[in-house]
Amino acid sequence: MSDKHLSTQFDSELSSVSSRVMELGGLVESQIRQAVYALSEFNVEVARQVMATEVNVNKLEVEIDREISSIIGRRQPTARDLRLLIAISKATADLERVGDEAAKIARMVLSIISSGTPRSLPSHELRVASDLASGLLRKALDAFARLDTNAALLILKEDDLIDREFDGFVRKLITYMMEDPRMISPSLDLLFLAKAIERIGDHAKNIAELIIYIVKGADVRHAPMEQVESVVK
Amino acid sequence: MNTTTMVAKDERSKISVKNLDFFYGKFHALKDINLEIPEKKVTAFIGPSGCGKSTLLRVFNRMFELYPEQKARGEVILDGDNLLTSKQDVALLRAKVGMVFQKPTPFPMSIFDNIAFGVKLFESLNSTDMEERVEWALRKAALWNEVKDKLKQNGASLSGGQQQRLCIARGVAIKPEVILLDEPCSALDPISTAKIEELIIELKQDYTVVIVTHNMQQAARCSDYTAYMYLGDLMEFGATEQIFFKPSRQETEDYITGRFG
Repeated sequence: MSDKHLSTQFDSELSSVSSRVMELGGLVESQIRQAVYALSEFNVEVARQVMATEVNVNKLEVEIDREISSIIGRRQPTARDLRLLIAISKATADLERVGDEAAKIARMVLSIISSGTPRSLPSHELRVASDLASGLLRKALDAFARLDTNAALLILKEDDLIDREFDGFVRKLITYMMEDPRMISPSLDLLFLAKAIERIGDHAKNIAELIIYIVKGADVRHAPMEQVESVVK
Repeated sequence: MNTTTMVAKDERSKISVKNLDFFYGKFHALKDINLEIPEKKVTAFIGPSGCGKSTLLRVFNRMFELYPEQKARGEVILDGDNLLTSKQDVALLRAKVGMVFQKPTPFPMSIFDNIAFGVKLFESLNSTDMEERVEWALRKAALWNEVKDKLKQNGASLSGGQQQRLCIARGVAIKPEVILLDEPCSALDPISTAKIEELIIELKQDYTVVIVTHNMQQAARCSDYTAYMYLGDLMEFGATEQIFFKPSRQETEDYITGRFG
């Protein structure tokens, strides 16, 4: 069976909107990388770059939504086309939020730097979680481009690792604050920052769920892992 | 293609089609169709031209018998009676299973007589009862308000959409159980189409409706169940929502998403 529509125009509209989502994904991925770098090096310049990129992310989100509305209005998509467009719309919202989280990390980095105590904070403890989160988002985007449900399943499992890292970090941070109450204010910045990293993992997970939705037509949000596995197999 | 009967879950069936084959001379137009049409629901038949959807519809009121070279084999059971072998009078069958065609076909007579004509064949009503019946049928077909002041005018004076609703009213007037609609909106503008679609949804409260349409969005909008046919085979039958969201067969998905080629 042919994978192409009788209308080549429809095909090119769908591939245009899909490639814009990938463009958006690439943009927020670089935001995260920069934000993580700004955190590990306490680099003001790079942190500001992350915040500046947000404008482009927002613009792209609006453009993608406009394209989706236009396709739905003009083509009345059904079945897998319909599922694809709904998923693209949701994935776009997720990616835009990831961009917000990256900007939040950058803002917290600037706040910690201005507090004058960056080096004494346990920010290196966030290394593992931030690498996991940015890696997970990259994998989610790769899987989305290839509509790979098996890769999506692995992402869902991996998100638990980030959640565990986050819980562990919070425990360490509490101990740290108890030891030196003067560090409570910058530590809270670090807590928000850790939360932002954890949220990035959640968005990657949402995108992975959308891949299963497109391919299998099943909504696996809130479903237990065994059920998700049986849908994918 | 397969002999498992396609059934709508949890629905009472009005027409049971069993191992139905249909031939136009030597041409095998319907191949071993097994299908249960649910009662008081709207079932849509979709598929590319020549897939057999209109042929199947026409079997349901033995319309094909007008042509001697056309043969149906198998069973089509309506209320326990196989209508293919039934001794039942064809006119009575068609009173029970009404049909509306692609092009509006008002009789060359007044709006009132268009409706009364069929009723007179089956019932003898006095003039008050007949007037009531005509009004009732026109109301059912959502046409009453537009024609109540001109019942004596010729049916052909109405617009295409009104003529089509007149034909539906004519079918409804003899109180059928099943209404077959063969591309009822293909000659109509979008507003008339919307009115007919509204009407179809109204009609299913009292009747079993089967509609053949080339307009997939129409099937999506107004049917409860959809059957996808291709080259004389019934490929897939299921709840309309499921067919248009996640059909179980690749062929159905390719057709409804416009990938068919």
